[in-house]
Amino acid sequence: MIKLAINGKAITTEPGRTVLEVAREAGIDIPTLCSHESLPPYGSCRFCIVEVAQRGRTRMQTSCTLPVGEGMEVQTHSARVLKIRTILVELMLARCPESEVLREMAREVGVPHCRFERVRGEKSPCHHCKACALVAEMPLQTPDGLPSTFVSRSGCILCGMCVRLCDDVMKIGALGFEGRGMRRRVTTPFREPSEFCITCGACSSVCPTGAIELLRVRPQAPRPIPAEFELGLANRKPIYIPFPQAVPRVPVIDKEVCVNFMTGGCKICEDNCQAKAIDHGQQDRIQEVEVGTVIVATGFKTVDPRRMAYYGYGVYPGVYSALEVERLVNASGPTGGEVRLRDGRTPKSVGIIHCVGSRDKKTNRWCSRVCCMYSLKLAHLLLEHTGAEIYNFYIDMRTPGKGYEEFYDKLLEEGVQFIRGRVGEVTDWAMTPDEEGKLVIRVEDTLAGFVRRIPVDMVVLSTGLEPQADAQEVRRLLNMSCGSEGFFLERHPKLAPVNTFTDGVFLAGACQGPRDIPDTVAQAGAAAAEAMVLIDKGFTEQEPNTAYVLENECSGCKSCVPLCPYSAITFDEAKQKAAINEALCKGCGTCAASCPSGSIGQRLFEDQEVFSEIDGVLAD
Amino acid sequence: MNAIPSPASTTPPWRPRIVAFFCNWCTYTAADLAGVSRLKYASNVRVIRLMCSGRVDPQFIVEALVKGADGVLIGGCHPGDCHYVEGNYKMLRRFRMLQRLLQSMGIEPERVRLEWISAAEGEKVKRVVNDLTEAVRKLGPLDLPQKAADWDKELAELEEKIQAGEAAPAAA
Repeated sequence: MIKLAINGKAITTEPGRTVLEVAREAGIDIPTLCSHESLPPYGSCRFCIVEVAQRGRTRMQTSCTLPVGEGMEVQTHSARVLKIRTILVELMLARCPESEVLREMAREVGVPHCRFERVRGEKSPCHHCKACALVAEMPLQTPDGLPSTFVSRSGCILCGMCVRLCDDVMKIGALGFEGRGMRRRVTTPFREPSEFCITCGACSSVCPTGAIELLRVRPQAPRPIPAEFELGLANRKPIYIPFPQAVPRVPVIDKEVCVNFMTGGCKICEDNCQAKAIDHGQQDRIQEVEVGTVIVATGFKTVDPRRMAYYGYGVYPGVYSALEVERLVNASGPTGGEVRLRDGRTPKSVGIIHCVGSRDKKTNRWCSRVCCMYSLKLAHLLLEHTGAEIYNFYIDMRTPGKGYEEFYDKLLEEGVQFIRGRVGEVTDWAMTPDEEGKLVIRVEDTLAGFVRRIPVDMVVLSTGLEPQADAQEVRRLLNMSCGSEGFFLERHPKLAPVNTFTDGVFLAGACQGPRDIPDTVAQAGAAAAEAMVLIDKGFTEQEPNTAYVLENECSGCKSCVPLCPYSAITFDEAKQKAAINEALCKGCGTCAASCPSGSIGQRLFEDQEVFSEIDGVLAD
Repeated sequence: MNAIPSPASTTPPWRPRIVAFFCNWCTYTAADLAGVSRLKYASNVRVIRLMCSGRVDPQFIVEALVKGADGVLIGGCHPGDCHYVEGNYKMLRRFRMLQRLLQSMGIEPERVRLEWISAAEGEKVKRVVNDLTEAVRKLGPLDLPQKAADWDKELAELEEKIQAGEAAPAAA
C-alpha cells in the first residue's frame, strides 16, 4: 500500500492508480476537461495540473497521468496551481471564445482579464477573440468566412477526446487531427462527410465544450430510437430498461443499434457498470422446458387506428391512440404526467372517440368491452390534468361491473360531455373562425337529432381489442381452436371456460376474448387451479377409446404402422404382428379405419357399434 | 323424424335421409355451436360422432348407403388443424378413392360430401347441411336397398336360368 497526502489529507491506496482517481475518491475536486472512464489518461487539457512535493523536490504535473507514489504531498489548489489554471483558461478562451463551458470555468477561477486578445497571422484560429468581453458576458459576433470544417473551431479545445473515442473505443475512426500548430483542427479525412461514421453520437456526447456538429461529420441525421413502451412518444438508448415495472428490472441491449454489435467497440456501459453486470458476449438462447400443463395468456393487440383513415390517425399530429394518452397522463411517462400535445401546447378541448375498431362491420364486429371504462378513466384524468373541455362520442355506454356505473355518474357530474353518435370523420378543414387551427369532429348527435361539428385540440381514439397477430401460429402449436374472430376457443363457454380442446392447455385473459383486468385475474386464477388439479394428481387419465390389435386376425401387412401420427404402432418381428402401445395411443381410430383385414378395433368406436348406429339413425 | 302420426296421410312425402360422420373436435363441436346459437338447418341429417374423420372407414359410408341413406356427409377439421395431426388428410385420401368406386356403382358423386368445418363454424354446418339436403333432394331417392334387392333378384333369375339350362341338356 502507498501512503500519500493530498491537500494535507493522509490517504492510503494501492499502487498503480492515478492521483486524480485517488483525489476524486477522497472527495477532492480537481477540474478536468479530458478525462473519461473509457479512455486511458491522456493529459491533453492540462486542467488537472497539481503541485507535487516528493523527496524534497516540487514539480507541476497533470494528476490524471501521475501514478501515486510513496510519500507524495499533493496540492490541488495552491497559488501556483491556480495561477497556471488561470492562464490555461485564458489561453483556451482565446481560442474558443464562444464556449459556454470555458466561460463558466473562467468565471469560476476568476479570470479578471484575458490578455491574449489577438493571435497574429492570417489563418489564425481566432480572428475576433475579445475573450475579456465574454467573461463579462457580452455577446460576440460569430466569425465569418470559416473554411469548411466538421468541428466548430470556435468551441474545440483540441483535447482529442472525440478522436480517441471514435478510433480506440468505438472502433470506427471517422475523425482525426489535421494540420499542425495554429492550423491544427479536428476533422474527417479530406474534410468530406465520412462514410464510415455510423452517427453513434459518441464524439458529440464526449466533447467537453459541445463543439461537435454531428450533421457535419455525416450528413445523415442521427436516427432516434423510439421507445417501444412509450409508443414512440419518447426515445431510448441502445441499452435500456424496457419499462419501469419490468420484471426482472434489468437493462437490455438492443442488438440492432448497439455499436458493440456493429463494430465490436464501445462497451462504455461495461466500463461504467460498477457491478460489472454487463456482458456483450451473451447470446440469445432457446430454452426447452418440459412441462405437463400450459396456460396460454398471450393477450391481445389493439386495433391499428390507421385502418380507420377517416379519424386522421397518423395524419394529424393532434390525433392520439388511447394507449399514447395513457402514457401522457402517466407520472412515469415521457412528459412526467403533463399532458402536452406534440406541438407543446396543453389541450383546451379534447374529443374521445369510442368504439374505434369495435362494433363496426368495416373492422371488427365485436364489442371490445374495456374501451368504455378506459375512455371514462382517460376523460377523468385529462380533466384533472388539464381542466380542458372533454367530449366523449359513444354508441352506447357499456359500464357493467362493480362500481363502473357509479364512475360514469361521477363523470357526468364532473361536467364531462357525452355525445351519443358514431363519429363520421376528424378533419382540420375549418368552416368558421372558431375552427381555425383545430381538429373538427363531425358527428351525428343521435339524441339531439342533427349533425354537429365540434372543434377540439386533441382527439383520443379508444381503440378496440384484437387477437394477437400470431394467434394462429400459437393455436397450431398447442393444437387449440380459434373462434371466427380469431380469439382462442374455450372447450365450453359455460362448463369449461378455461379449458381448451387439448387436455392440459388452459386459457387466461384477453387471448380468449376481450376482457378487463379483474375478469382476467379471476380467469387466470381458475386456469391456475385447473392446472394444479393435473399437477396435484400426479398422473393423467388415459383416453378410454384406444385402439388394439386382434392378434389372431392380423396378417402382418404393416400398412397401419406408418399411419399412426403418434408412432404408437410397432411391428413385432418375432410374431409378425402389429402391436399398439396404449400409453401412446390417443384414440383417433385412423388405424382401425384402414386395417385391410379389420383386425384393429377401437374401444367405444368399434366397427359393429358404428354399424349399429347407422342402422339406428336410418330406422324410422 | 318430426313425425306426429297422422292417420289421414297414407304415404308421407319422400324426405332425403343423410348420415353424417362428424369428428369430435371440430365439426361435432361446430354442430353443437350451431345448436347453441339457435341456427336452423335441415333436419334430414343424422349425426354419428367419431373421434376423428380419420376413423371413417369407407365401409361405413357404403354401409350407410346400402342401409337406405340418400347421402353421406363427412365433417373434419381444416387441413393442418386436425386434433390428431393428420387424420383428416387420411380421410381425404380414402374419400378420393371411394368416390371412384361409388361412381362405378352408379351413385352420383354429389351424394357423398367431405367438408372441413372448424369448431367455430356453426354457420358453415348450417350452410353445408342445407346445401347437401337440397342437392340430394334434386337427385331424388337413392334407394340402394331396393336396387340391391333388384340386383339380387336379377342374379337369382339368372342363376335359375343357368341351372335350368344345365338341367335341360341333362334331361334331354
